[in-house]
Amino acid sequence: MKISNYHKANSLQDAYEVLTESRNHAIIAGGGWLKLSSRTVEKAVDLSDLPLDYVNETENAVEIGSMTPLQKIVESESVKSLCKGMLTQAVAQIMGVSLRNLVTIGGSVVGKFGFSDVLTPLLAMEAKLVFYKQGEITLTEFMAQRGRTDDVLEKIVLPKTKGTGYFKKVAKTPLDFSILNLAVAVSDGHYKIVVGSRPSVATLCEEAMDYVNGKKTLSDDDVEKAATLVCENVKFGQNPRASEEYRKELAYVYTKRGLKEVRDCES
Amino acid sequence: MKVNTTINGMKRILDVKPDEYLLDTLRRHNYLSVRRGCDTTSCGVCTILIDDKPVPSCAFLSVRAEGKRITTVEGIPKEAEKLSEHFGATGADQCGFCNPGIALSVYALKKSQKKVTAETLKHYLTGHLCRCTGYQSQHKAIKEYLGDSNE
Amino acid sequence: MSKNYKTVNVKTPSIDGKGIMMGRPAYTEDLAPKDALVIKVLRSPHAFAKIESIDTQKASELPGVEIVLTHKDFKRNAYTRAGQGYPEPSPHDKFPLDNYVRYVGDEVAAVAAVDEETALEALDLIEVEYKKLTPVLDFEKAKENESIIHPEEDIYEMFPIGFDPKKNVAAAYSMEVGDVEKTLKESDVVVEDSFYTQAQAHVMLEPHTVNAQIDYQDRLVLYSATQTPFHVRRILSQTLEIPLSKIRVIKPRVGGGFGGKQALHGEMLAAAVTKRTGKPSKLTYTRKEVFESSCTRHPMRIDMKIGATKDGKITGIDCYGLSDTGAYGEHALTVFMVTGSKVLPLYNKVDSVRFHGDVVYTNTVSSGAYRGYGAIQGNYALESIVDMLAEKLNMDPMELRQKNMILENETSPIFEIMGEGTEGTAMNMDSCKLDYCVKRGMELIDYKNKYPRRKTDGAKVRSIGGAIAMQGSGIPYIDMGAAIIKLNDDGFYNLMVGATEIGQGSDTILAQIAAEQLGVDVSKVVVYSSDTDLTPFDPGAYASSTTYVSGNAVLKAAKEMRSMVVKEAARSLEVDIDDIEFDGTTFRVKNQEDTLSLSDLSNRLYYNEDQKQLVATGSYYGTKSPPPFMAGFVEVEVDLETGEYDILEYVSVVDCGTTINPELARGQVEGGIVQGLGMAVTEDVHYAKNGKLISSDMLNYKIPTNLTLKKLTTEFADSYEESGPYGAKSVGEIGIDTPPAAIANAVYNATGVRIKTLPVTPEKILKGLKEKEI
Ligand SMILES: Cc1cc2nc3c(=O)[nH]c(=O)nc-3n(C[C@H](O)[C@H](O)[C@H](O)COP(=O)(O)OP(=O)(O)OC[C@H]3O[C@@H](n4cnc5c(N)ncnc54)[C@H](O)[C@@H]3O)c2cc1C
Ligand code: FES
Ligand code: FES
Repeated sequence: MKISNYHKANSLQDAYEVLTESRNHAIIAGGGWLKLSSRTVEKAVDLSDLPLDYVNETENAVEIGSMTPLQKIVESESVKSLCKGMLTQAVAQIMGVSLRNLVTIGGSVVGKFGFSDVLTPLLAMEAKLVFYKQGEITLTEFMAQRGRTDDVLEKIVLPKTKGTGYFKKVAKTPLDFSILNLAVAVSDGHYKIVVGSRPSVATLCEEAMDYVNGKKTLSDDDVEKAATLVCENVKFGQNPRASEEYRKELAYVYTKRGLKEVRDCES
Repeated sequence: MKVNTTINGMKRILDVKPDEYLLDTLRRHNYLSVRRGCDTTSCGVCTILIDDKPVPSCAFLSVRAEGKRITTVEGIPKEAEKLSEHFGATGADQCGFCNPGIALSVYALKKSQKKVTAETLKHYLTGHLCRCTGYQSQHKAIKEYLGDSNE
Repeated sequence: MSKNYKTVNVKTPSIDGKGIMMGRPAYTEDLAPKDALVIKVLRSPHAFAKIESIDTQKASELPGVEIVLTHKDFKRNAYTRAGQGYPEPSPHDKFPLDNYVRYVGDEVAAVAAVDEETALEALDLIEVEYKKLTPVLDFEKAKENESIIHPEEDIYEMFPIGFDPKKNVAAAYSMEVGDVEKTLKESDVVVEDSFYTQAQAHVMLEPHTVNAQIDYQDRLVLYSATQTPFHVRRILSQTLEIPLSKIRVIKPRVGGGFGGKQALHGEMLAAAVTKRTGKPSKLTYTRKEVFESSCTRHPMRIDMKIGATKDGKITGIDCYGLSDTGAYGEHALTVFMVTGSKVLPLYNKVDSVRFHGDVVYTNTVSSGAYRGYGAIQGNYALESIVDMLAEKLNMDPMELRQKNMILENETSPIFEIMGEGTEGTAMNMDSCKLDYCVKRGMELIDYKNKYPRRKTDGAKVRSIGGAIAMQGSGIPYIDMGAAIIKLNDDGFYNLMVGATEIGQGSDTILAQIAAEQLGVDVSKVVVYSSDTDLTPFDPGAYASSTTYVSGNAVLKAAKEMRSMVVKEAARSLEVDIDDIEFDGTTFRVKNQEDTLSLSDLSNRLYYNEDQKQLVATGSYYGTKSPPPFMAGFVEVEVDLETGEYDILEYVSVVDCGTTINPELARGQVEGGIVQGLGMAVTEDVHYAKNGKLISSDMLNYKIPTNLTLKKLTTEFADSYEESGPYGAKSVGEIGIDTPPAAIANAVYNATGVRIKTLPVTPEKILKGLKEKEI
């Protein structure tokens, strides 16, 4: 990455204004991913002076500032208390401590990486995003937006639920990107199933969710049917890490295991 | 750009480019213990401490060091020496290219006073690749060092 | 065999660990002059092309650019980067820069500039016109392909190695004992299959690095992260036509080598830049260059055919190998021969055995030396097929091994027939505790209760797999190592060795050997190694030779020094030499009170009376290459629904003779095991269709982490090799050999799926499981 100029934002508004001056300006969060890219940035807008590094609890939600490093999230008790620590688990499986001290949750969300282990649990947890300009939108809405965003992410809001969750990352080594990841969450009998690193970006498995959520109780047969629906309806692909077929097999097995685990945990 | 920072306890003003990383800045200023193992933030060799937390210096923009405390292994000679004795005792030192980074992470862990078990220690150090030792002897040495320094 | 040693075979911390941990400047790049020109290399985007024209004018004119080098700047002296003794058994098929590029990443031009940024900018300004040629990417289609990778006429072999470049053959070999086809035809049971191994990358954490300068005596001085400083000096001299006496190569601390630094990488260009400009220069490979443009393990296909009688006597082994040397032929023949010579003698009771095949060129990253070279490929094939044979015989695979494997005082005809690049040397296994290694390994892994598999919970199965292996200790009659010991005033010693410390601890163990013989503490032996001006000759760190070959040289020098000081003490005390008793620090006269300390003696020698410098030299070359042996066992837990598996424990029991430094020896074994596991499990290599390496960084090429396996258990057999220093054999490579076969065998025992292409990935296992279902 090349950076010609550097600007330390003194407010969200300032960040937004400088960012939107030119398509060649970019927010720099942890800078971890930007470093690997071949992008040329005319002006880097650094958010590190803004008070965006926090994990706060409100009555109904846990709020995470966009500049919060991943390691802080791993260590947060508030985050651990949500959905059986699903996000904690997912984030703790991203690289090592030192990288997690650098890279941020904001960069992880806005980057919309195909391999992301963060988006998968966040989608299952029904996360909301608060942007400077757009205000609050759901993560699902954000995922549907095309192209690079020219807004500044302020925080991520995780609704508190009594629900439980399951997260699985399949990777060659603990320091590799996912071959596939999968999250299942349930709260008040309402299931969410998300598959990521397919290798394209995480997605909700609507058909399988509809099927499961249409049932009063989940039998083992229902679970198998749901897993089949995931494989049939979600689009998988291949890359050097795995073939499309293997990803399907993994999605099938881990949907089954995830659904059973949260089902048994709920009851 | 000028950056005011403290390196190993000494206040320093560094002149850096906006896209320069601390790894290069520090080496330029003769902190030669900070070394490059990869170009992709993947190996842990270049680890330094920023305000007592380990970070990969190869991805930490130098301009960001403004107002921060940087520690390299040159800044913790006593601890490094102690750790090296344990490495020596378990035969954990081979080429040593990974060692300064590990020493800093272990020192940060010790300083944070977090309780560690054998398992959490492993996870804490996963980001430090070592191609020589097979890791087990390193872990044994580190456990003994942490045990020692708890006394 | 416990002998009462004081420093050898005694826990001794490495002599340099402290300074390294404290971050003292030590490695090549730390020592580069601040004003060194930065060298960057323009690399080929094409797998195979002819350079039609190359225009460097714009690059040369860029402010800050000192020099731009292309093939036009070099005389066409073909050489090999292999970094071997002379004459090399590798073809001279490479030029410092060439008008052909033979793989994506091959060198096109070099720029030296005041800083990295300028050098990179200059690379962009070089205009090259390529004529693309059809690359050969599939090594099974390389031989006699119509695309000829080395059409040039001015390349050659130094002696017959089967070099036939017009057929894309870099080397070929064939040998046979008995009549293997007849034997197999007459065998009760025959099993045959093909096995594939991948181009494993070394991933030493310090990239290839060199810096060069001209000293005040107008000599070219190179600091290089190399395993072979003396070979580097010779090869530079021959290729760049600089007198050998005008070159000095110094090897600083090296951040891992594993064979990757046996070859020359940046040295040629750095030497050329500094020689021409008179200015210091440095070249550090990026990690991508390390992957894309240095060398890898030779990928191979190995066809194994093995026969046995009904009651489990192995009768014959027929092994055909096809090895892919990539664009250049470094170690083409030697690696290939080892695939036979350090593998097939494991089963020495066969009636006949054949080993033959070709090493072919392809337009991919060049292959070269890598820890355990040849042996690990051959071991994977042989130790897989032995398990397959055992199943067919309805026999326990370890029992089959015990029945057929090589034992102490036995030999194999292969030793005499096959060496490394040349004929071999007949030898008896004077020390071979392989039987103990197997027995003990089985106990440690709890083979009786755990073999072959146990169901754990859900879809998971635990299983055991094993393999045995052997290596060598140096190359007999070829590699010579030497040592010089100097006595100093106050009575401490300098030990100067050409042997190359690359992190394996050779400085420490050589100091221990000297200290043991001299009767002093290790701290009294100050080691200086690998400087072509100041230390005696040594081939370098390869072929598992340092402990055995250089260690013997040190032992000889130390013995000589010991008799020198005793002689001087006798003179000083005015008694007969035979009347002196010497414990290393004090000379005593038998039956008398008179004593003299070494410190006093040396002060006297340097300041007062009979003044003289005491220096002892020892040199040694092996007349045999006693193999270390080992048995490796792994326990895995396989998920039958996904193919994923955890490695629970790896047990190694090793016979490497006396362990000079038990902890460092364990480190060599454990490090080797985990590297071997990398090859077995995660280190996958991917090329794009156009021949570009995809797994060319550490994001995409995954080496083991500290969570790769749960537990390593390592033990050493009580063994003593008469010909080795204090009974030692080698230990540097043996650890890497068994994991691929052990993992494949364990996975088979869990799943019934035999993986014949490395690495053993969950995806392949699951595919096998699905195919079985149908
Ligand atoms: C070596 C390596 C391995 C990794 N492995 C994994 C893995 O296994 N799993 C995984 O999930 N992730 C992985 N990641 C990704 C990592 O977790 C982060 O998601 C990533 O580095 C982005 O975070 P950052 O803080 O570095 O963002 P940056 O690189 O600074 O920014 C990323 C993008 O987001 C934009 N951006 C950042 N913050 C904001 C904001 N507040 N408002 C608007 N735009 C913003 C930037 O402009 C940029 O386009 C890996 C990263 C690296 C470097
Ligand atoms: S150099 Fe590898 S992580 Fe920084
Ligand atoms: S000791 Fe060589 S990389 Fe760790």
